[in-house]
Amino acid sequence: MRKYFGRKLLIYLLTFFLAVTIDWLIPRFMPGNPVANMLARVSVNSTAASVMQEYYTHLFGLDLPLWQQYLNFWANLLRGDLGISAYLFPKPVTQVLMNAIPYDVALLLPAILLSWLAGNNFGAVAARSKWLDNTVSPIGYILTATPYMWLGILLAWFFGIILDVFPIAGAYSFSLSPTLSWKFIGDVLLHWFLPFFSLFMVQFGGWAIGMRNMIIYELEADYSHYLEALGAPRSLIRRYAFNNAVLPQLSGLALQLGVIVAGALVTEVVFSYPGIGYLLLAAIQNQDYFLIQGCFLFIIIGVLLANFVIDIVYVLVDPRTRRGMTGEAA
Amino acid sequence: MKALKQKNEFLYFALRNRKLQIGLGVILFFVLLAAFGPLLTDYEPFDYVNPTGPVAPSSKYWLGTTFFGQDVFTQVVMGLRATFLIAILGSGIATLVGMLLGFLAGYRGGILDEIINVLTNIVLVIPTMAVLLIIAAYLQVRSLTMESILIGLTAWPWAARAIRAQTFSLRTRDFVDMARMSGESSFKIIFSEIAPNMMSYLVMTFILQFGGAILNAATLDFIGLGPTNAISLGLIMQYSMMWGALQFGMWWWFVPPGLAITLIVGALYSMNVGLDEVFNPKLREM
Amino acid sequence: MLQVENLTVYYQTLKGQVRALENASFTLADGEIMGLAGESGCGKTTLGHSLIHLSPPMTHIGGRVLLNGQELPLADMQKMDAYRFNEISIIPQYAMNAMNPIRKIGQMTEELLRAKKADVKTVMAALKDRLEMVKLPQEVLGLYPIELSGGMKQRMVMVLSTLLDPELLIADEITSALDVASQKAVSEMLVEFRDQHCCNSVIFITHDISILYQIADSILIMYAGQLAEKASTETIIHNPRHPYTRLLISALPEIGVRYSDKRLTGIPGKTPLLLNPPQGCRFRERCPLAFEKCAEVPPFVEIEPGHSVACWKEGSADA
Repeated sequence: MRKYFGRKLLIYLLTFFLAVTIDWLIPRFMPGNPVANMLARVSVNSTAASVMQEYYTHLFGLDLPLWQQYLNFWANLLRGDLGISAYLFPKPVTQVLMNAIPYDVALLLPAILLSWLAGNNFGAVAARSKWLDNTVSPIGYILTATPYMWLGILLAWFFGIILDVFPIAGAYSFSLSPTLSWKFIGDVLLHWFLPFFSLFMVQFGGWAIGMRNMIIYELEADYSHYLEALGAPRSLIRRYAFNNAVLPQLSGLALQLGVIVAGALVTEVVFSYPGIGYLLLAAIQNQDYFLIQGCFLFIIIGVLLANFVIDIVYVLVDPRTRRGMTGEAA
Repeated sequence: MKALKQKNEFLYFALRNRKLQIGLGVILFFVLLAAFGPLLTDYEPFDYVNPTGPVAPSSKYWLGTTFFGQDVFTQVVMGLRATFLIAILGSGIATLVGMLLGFLAGYRGGILDEIINVLTNIVLVIPTMAVLLIIAAYLQVRSLTMESILIGLTAWPWAARAIRAQTFSLRTRDFVDMARMSGESSFKIIFSEIAPNMMSYLVMTFILQFGGAILNAATLDFIGLGPTNAISLGLIMQYSMMWGALQFGMWWWFVPPGLAITLIVGALYSMNVGLDEVFNPKLREM
Repeated sequence: MLQVENLTVYYQTLKGQVRALENASFTLADGEIMGLAGESGCGKTTLGHSLIHLSPPMTHIGGRVLLNGQELPLADMQKMDAYRFNEISIIPQYAMNAMNPIRKIGQMTEELLRAKKADVKTVMAALKDRLEMVKLPQEVLGLYPIELSGGMKQRMVMVLSTLLDPELLIADEITSALDVASQKAVSEMLVEFRDQHCCNSVIFITHDISILYQIADSILIMYAGQLAEKASTETIIHNPRHPYTRLLISALPEIGVRYSDKRLTGIPGKTPLLLNPPQGCRFRERCPLAFEKCAEVPPFVEIEPGHSVACWKEGSADA
């Protein structure tokens, strides 16, 4: 088990190291002068421009040798300093991102967990009869094939415009100010629902299909045939098949995280939901490079953390990793 | 003789597989639309053809016009071209890189395998989209080709992993041992002995990569990092959102591009399942 | 006692019916260990499986099977469940992967017993003795299958399959995956199981006649979906009557030496396809003694007590 975690941690540390390096490398070696562009944009605000200019010179310190620039970058990063946002000047990027994080967590955590659980159970049921399989599988395939933003747009159009039962922009109404009242909480939930639901649906299709395929594979496994030959009840055979099929679904979740996060980004854009995706769009439109870089790092850190959590869960679910029998989860 | 018989058997099942038929049919439809669609329209994608702005679909504008009076049908047809171009280039690059690394790692094993494995795992863990974003964000001018290359270069780990595993299980087979004993080079063994024996696998990997590239490109376009000099299905959706298609109920602006993507990717998945059934007799329905 | 009467089982495939088992009739006495041998694809596994788990694409075409005078509901998957494990059990060919990889062996056993509504306490107590019989430590119950060696898994499955003291045990190629030393050990354990009444009669499916010579009381030879000959082991080895059995035995260089399927190609010709098998005796294309009569299916007749042969030459000679 120590070896399993050791290996995983090594990969994650290397990944983080690589990500930070990319983050440092790209603005320096891309064609053109992006930072000049960015400064040109903020130059409307002269104080901002001069502060940014100063900051930029300090941070990039082009007079310093490259290795020192690189070390400085790391030093700033470890102090939590990701620069100052040009678009939301003079807020530090870290703070801007910290304000967005709760929305992402509120959207992603329930969407990922619920869709995974519901999809797995639904897929297991679908594998049970031909009739269900023939109706559920095509829907599942269409759902996974749907681009996240398009399902979001359709839901917003149908529930927000045609039926007019859900708001389609923001995290809460403009008229309300954040307080701990039922009215406000209800309003927040109302705004949260559609982005959550569209994220949920696309993933749900994927997990249902995945489980359906895995369980059919497991029902053809030797241990299932043995139980059948011994006349074990169907319920026991299905339960074993499900337990075995959940494992690849769990490693699948780890592999899908990146795609899900990308889906969340565009879903937030559709619903103007103030998470990192929405920030990112604003940052791109305003060429706020510090903010873009910050978003990049936060996404990476989030995905790495989630991966680590899944690894821990995997060890809890698969006894073989605990006994050091297999080293590879994902 | 045996191989020939097997091929015929695959063909027999392939021609009778509904999922494969449906998938191929849909793809063929969109390919033809992308190829010959421009002949059906008199407009250019960015021309302001309708001076009154947005109108619903009609016989004159098959899919209506945008907020600015651009013809949506023309945009979708041209967007399809972009989508297919990106998908072929992107998935081609990803599959090639994946094959190269997968074959090397699986066939050679040892330290090379370790290194490639760690590299694959790293790229697998990094959210592809985040990397694409940060690179694309710094490019002032973005072309379709550039987008495809970026997508291809970040999407290979899936392929590499799958191909490595297959190669690994094939390399100890008798026919590979025979080839090795008769002194053939690794390169020759990989391409004349191993690759043909996992052709079905390679085809299916390519198909999945193809669908993935389409979805990745759409995401990138939608977030505002698409090609700066072309139209694509993702860009049409982005423009429609930017210019209030939702609020004004201009459904003809955002439904067709998303529907096209969904149908194409769905058809690819359907083909994949169909092929899986053709190649794995266990999954065939009796 | 097991009576099989005219059992016919086909496989339904897209190309048509594969006639894998045609009109099989034989009896198996209490306590008898019967070897079931033949080339791969001769229908021996089909016969073994149809006695316990006759599931699609296998189809029951005709015939019946009686266990201690009671007819088995072969084709009824649900009703057969009452007999499976309790009365008829199997040690599968794939014993190495037969146990759920993510359950501890003891836990899995308990869950299985509970699901079969067996007396869990008594059986679990008996399990300890059985483990001793096959020289497995008690600790295996706390382990996962992956922690056992191949031989250990094989023995564990043997214990599992016989926990409820079945009347009939089908051992399907249980020695083919093992090395020669373990083959001998496992076969001897099986005999001991029979002697200790952990199971009553045994059908031992194999393509390795030399193993049968060591442990089987009788041997049933199959060819291309038809029964060829059944007799005591001694008779089959030293005095076979069916031309196929004779060729098979003479192809053994020496009793006790293992032969492989490959050596059987020493018999000229090849086995007929069972998708569209030839009429009559299916061995006649390769048979040195074949004559016109062989275009009809020879009946499987008893030519002397305990010795049945399906051959026109033999059957009529004695009749």
